[in-house]
Amino acid sequence: TKTPRPWSIFGYFELDIELHEMLDSNKDSLKLEAMKRIVAMIARGKNASDLFPAVVKNVACKNIEVKKLVYVYLVRYAEEQQDLALLSISTFQRGLKDPNQLIRASALRVLSSIRVTIIVPIMMLAIKEAASDMSPYVRKTAAHAIPKLYSLDPDQKDQLIEVIEKLLADKTTLVAGSVVMAFEEVCPERIDLIHKNYRKLCNLLIDVEEWGQVVIINMLTRYARTQFLNPNESLLEEGGEKTFYGSDEEEGKEDKVEAAALVVKRKPYVMDPDHRLLLRNTKPLLQSRNAAVVMAVAQLYFHLAPKAEVGVIAKALVRLMRSHSEVQYVVLQNVATMTIKRRGMFEPYLKSFYIRSTDPTQIKVLKLEVLTNLANETNISTILREFQTYIKSMDKDFVAATIQAIGRCATNIGEVRDTCLNGLVQLLSNRDELVVAESVVVIKKLLQMQPEKHSDIIKHMAKLTDNIQVPMARASILWLIGEYCEHVPKIAPDVLRKMAKSFTNEEDIVKLQILNLAAKLYLTNSKQTKLLTQYVLNLAKYDQNYDIRDRARFIRQLIVPTDKSGALSKYAKKLFLALKPAPVLESPFKDRDHFQLGSLSHLLNAKAGGYQELPDWPESAPDPSVRNVEVKYPTCSMNMQAGRSRDLKDCIVSTAARNFWMNPKPPPNYLLSSTKSKEPKDRSDSESEDEEESSTESSESESEEESESDTDAKKKKKVLLSISINHTLQGNTSPLGRLWTEPPVLCPSMKAFCVALLLKCSFPSPQAASPTCGPLKTYELLHRITGEGLAVTYCFSRRPFTGDPHMVSVQIQFTNNTEVEARSLRVLEPKLQSGMRIAEFPEIGQSSGRTGCLSLFSLNTHTKKFFVTIQPPVGELMMPIFMTENEFKKEQGELGTRQAPVFMDHVIIQRVISTANLSRVPCGSAMECRFAGKTVTSGSLVLVTVVTKEERAAQVTVNCEKMLIGTMLVKDILQALSQ
Amino acid sequence: MIHSLFLVNSSGDIFLEKHWKSVVSRSVCDYFFEAQERASEPENVPPVIPTPHHYLISVLRHRIYFVAVIQSEVPPLFVIEFLHRVVDTFQDYFGVCTEAAIKDNVVVVYELLEEMLDNGFPLATESNILKELIKPPTILRTVVNTITGSTNVGEQLPTGQLSVVPWRRTGVKYTNNEAYFDVVEEIDAIIDKSGSTITAEIQGVIDACVKLSGMPDLTLSFMNPRLLDDVSFHPCVRFKRWEAERILSFIPPDGNFRLLSYHVSSQNLVAIPVYVKHNITFREGSSQGRFELTLGPKQTMGKAVESVLVSSQLPRGVLNVNLNPSQGTYTFDPVTKLLSWDVGKINPQKLPSLKGSMSLQAGASKPDENPTINIQFKIQQMAISGLKVNRLDMYGEKYKPFKGIKYMTKAGKFQVRT
Repeated sequence: TKTPRPWSIFGYFELDIELHEMLDSNKDSLKLEAMKRIVAMIARGKNASDLFPAVVKNVACKNIEVKKLVYVYLVRYAEEQQDLALLSISTFQRGLKDPNQLIRASALRVLSSIRVTIIVPIMMLAIKEAASDMSPYVRKTAAHAIPKLYSLDPDQKDQLIEVIEKLLADKTTLVAGSVVMAFEEVCPERIDLIHKNYRKLCNLLIDVEEWGQVVIINMLTRYARTQFLNPNESLLEEGGEKTFYGSDEEEGKEDKVEAAALVVKRKPYVMDPDHRLLLRNTKPLLQSRNAAVVMAVAQLYFHLAPKAEVGVIAKALVRLMRSHSEVQYVVLQNVATMTIKRRGMFEPYLKSFYIRSTDPTQIKVLKLEVLTNLANETNISTILREFQTYIKSMDKDFVAATIQAIGRCATNIGEVRDTCLNGLVQLLSNRDELVVAESVVVIKKLLQMQPEKHSDIIKHMAKLTDNIQVPMARASILWLIGEYCEHVPKIAPDVLRKMAKSFTNEEDIVKLQILNLAAKLYLTNSKQTKLLTQYVLNLAKYDQNYDIRDRARFIRQLIVPTDKSGALSKYAKKLFLALKPAPVLESPFKDRDHFQLGSLSHLLNAKAGGYQELPDWPESAPDPSVRNVEVKYPTCSMNMQAGRSRDLKDCIVSTAARNFWMNPKPPPNYLLSSTKSKEPKDRSDSESEDEEESSTESSESESEEESESDTDAKKKKKVLLSISINHTLQGNTSPLGRLWTEPPVLCPSMKAFCVALLLKCSFPSPQAASPTCGPLKTYELLHRITGEGLAVTYCFSRRPFTGDPHMVSVQIQFTNNTEVEARSLRVLEPKLQSGMRIAEFPEIGQSSGRTGCLSLFSLNTHTKKFFVTIQPPVGELMMPIFMTENEFKKEQGELGTRQAPVFMDHVIIQRVISTANLSRVPCGSAMECRFAGKTVTSGSLVLVTVVTKEERAAQVTVNCEKMLIGTMLVKDILQALSQ
Repeated sequence: MIHSLFLVNSSGDIFLEKHWKSVVSRSVCDYFFEAQERASEPENVPPVIPTPHHYLISVLRHRIYFVAVIQSEVPPLFVIEFLHRVVDTFQDYFGVCTEAAIKDNVVVVYELLEEMLDNGFPLATESNILKELIKPPTILRTVVNTITGSTNVGEQLPTGQLSVVPWRRTGVKYTNNEAYFDVVEEIDAIIDKSGSTITAEIQGVIDACVKLSGMPDLTLSFMNPRLLDDVSFHPCVRFKRWEAERILSFIPPDGNFRLLSYHVSSQNLVAIPVYVKHNITFREGSSQGRFELTLGPKQTMGKAVESVLVSSQLPRGVLNVNLNPSQGTYTFDPVTKLLSWDVGKINPQKLPSLKGSMSLQAGASKPDENPTINIQFKIQQMAISGLKVNRLDMYGEKYKPFKGIKYMTKAGKFQVRT
């Protein structure tokens, strides 16, 4: 918001104009000066958005400081000036392709910080690319960008999870912290993504930068709680250690009973080696200089370690108490919670919690809390001696807290109750009223425990009513006298007399207690107090506070016998003078440990937004083998990286897929069929076709099945694949696998052809399966209507197919639009042209336990067999490679050339890239765009140059040793560009 | 994580704001001001304040509140530690961290904050990396910059972020290669009325100033490493080596840094180097009180106790004091009731004392509390715990560095109850 400036409105404009002029000037020094002034304005919270157009022009300025300040400005105001902000995007897109990793990273950082919804697809693309960048620093930046995009557009979640999964698999320390951060912000519930990375994260931990360590440790705490067994539940492991710490005694007893029951059924507890790994690898971090890291490890130990091992954290936490007072504040809060469960751990450090007069009050109060929690029979005398000096402090709030603490020690430790009580009574003669009042309140609570012994104290307190004015204290005294009026029969009526006199001037809580006192006296000593009670009740009847009027009416009905008074009045005495249980003085930190320690929620004792509950230990340990990392099978690991493996089922599917690969026998034809089968087939044998014919009933289900298939084709433009449903038996001969070896040369025709398909199914997600974003074209394989509810689309995912680098991935997505379950989708009889191969996938849709059928029709209405054709554009048959401008030029000279003039468009790059799977080559001239790639199968270079000319004209040059590909690519690009 | 940062001065003005995500209105600070009003002392403002939509986490340093705005769950220490790191960085850059210094260097401050956090998550917090990115302003550079129009922003890219030793910048070159280590120990103690020690412990640090070319690999060993009970390291220290051999092995950052902080095991008896004889009394019904204080050295192993400063918060009832110091000067602030006495060096032959009377409010009853006495002092060339560095070796570079070790003992939170 603009605040009025001291000078005139003209002055303001003048300043603005001056800044405009400076920004428009040719001199970098003037621009810099202007930017500095603008940044100073932003820092002071002044609105500088008017200058947006003038500033954004300088986004490509050569001066690095100007550029940085423009970035600062841009990120600050882009949200308000969305349209203008778009002008700057192309600069960053250019930066994303820079050969220097630091420039790529910084471009991504700024691009992703611009909060403009319209660029979400661009950001998504940029993040995806950066996530597979060579440089770990760029990948780190990509991880940072993920939460930014997520907060801008939560709909991108599924795609972002894929990127997260990919980055989680990263093996560098630089990336680990940032990606776990992204994980925590985007999908903290997807704990399954951690399995395969768990051991790696544990091992990397010590080398991760400190901020990342905190995030990783907190996440792993949660993870461990879901995957391992409670180490403190087994008697066998702990044995004699149970009573190691004094405070654990009670807990220990409970445990023993519990454990005795459990021991029958439970095997002796053996800690999972992965659990041990975590504890072992985090322990050195207790020595970190960063308080947040130390706290994170401390909470991990508190929540996960066996009791006997938790002790190590105490020393480190006590060390943190030397730090800044804010750190002390947080640490003490956590220590206070810990001391309730594990007192023994901090007992040796009792003296570290002694209070200094220079501590801030909030620290004093927390230390007092810890001291109180640590008090036991052996150390109580030292602690009480300390408390005595505290009571003399000048800080009255602290004194009041000390009195409360004494009260708590007295209730918890019977031996010192009398000593404490005497001490408190002495305080009643303190000159400070607050001290007296606090003592009264605490004494009241203590007296309730054994009133008969202390009538003299009650008498003493009765006298205080003359002087003490604090309402809470007055109310407490009155309640005491009323409750124990039989112990002080002479004094009580006199107190009531005095109170009746001052009734109208009292506070509400005092008035209520006067009524209480009157009622109790009336019931025990009506002779002396009848009139007084009547008087008080009459006063209360006309009180301004309705609560008091209500109470008076209620009491009158209850205690004054009239003919109308009901059955209750007979029990009035029992009602008013029933034995009341003594209050339990508890620590406010009791039960706070259900929040994860060290968290904001724990500190506030209220759930903060985004807080992830710390789960309870599982009853029985989940399968530990999920953390085993497979190295042997590329297919599986690819599944992991691609973010698609949702559960075990998927793994099975991919294992099956692998089997296909192994299969040496390549029959020429396949069918993708949909069959209803009663039982899932033996998966290892899943290449055998299901003999059952698919039945035609259409039980409905909303299941959507995605499948991903990675297809690879030889250098052709067309893949034919038939999907059919077949009644006939397929032989058990394995029909899938590698069909042909690669043809040695490029075929100009479409004869050599293989398709690799890897099918995956992921049921939980209703979202489209496309792993890449917008610009990827989706092609229809089977229309929803033709397919009787089953729609099949495919796209070229442009990811390398890990099974075979010479194949092209095709991702096929099945969408079931009916409510019937679709089952047993298979490829039957692929009619492959020579030179083509297909990596088969097993039938899908079996293992979900859903039944139903996939309604597929072939051209023959009864067979439910669909014939479909995949036709890859030539541009999809290549993969991007990265090269410099010089290399490009060098290569260009050696290759044949295809040229064609086209009309220029400013989205030229995007069009080209969406047409062909190429990567940009950095290039000095603004008039030229260069792209490079190679064909997937033969690795032949494909170089594309688009030179912009005047009048929106441009020239496309394609260099490729394969003439056919070159010709076809030119045609395709031309078509795309001239659209 | 961290959404925004507001800097608030002691008079309650927001003088700088920075947002890392969408902009949070500065009116969110009203909740902070409310809490500030409620707190009697500036340091009693709760570090974490919940508001309806945000959480405010603040630290107070140099009488400036650094208020971070948080929107969702994050470990509070994470934010607090980061804010302190920000203050340390400012101090490192500008020498002092005051409102004036921040305002004068607002652009550098902004550039720093921009680099330190990305989307609220810490990015570059190592001073060595930051200094490569943004050069600290010096008088000379400011003059040169105004004349030539060159910038504070480093031309080269922050290669340190990519290296395996992210805390050290590359291509360091010095003509004089030197490495200095300061072993500084602080005694925290509470002494009771009768002069006996209630609690005493020693906390130490080793601060280093390393100006060595290239990539030196240093090892530092102690004569008596067993003294160190609990340690925390700069990330450069190889933990495994310490665990196995009790040797500090590290590639140091360039410049000043804290290598190690340690705690001397509490089983060891702590030598208290000074004693205080005091007699502070108030009499009932009299408007005069007596004040007598004498300091003396003990267990100093022959070293002089220097820079002694005694301070005490007198009870509110004290109107003024009339004291006579045997050496040094004293001041008394009648508003805050803070008495401080700058003693200087303690001469064991002639013990310093401060004697005289206090005048109390007439008619008021005698204060029932006695003041605590806080003492500061320094002892050069001695580590009170007896810790000794054995040797310092350098590997990996050919030149011969100049090495130096200095010891010092200071009073930490040293209090005498009366």
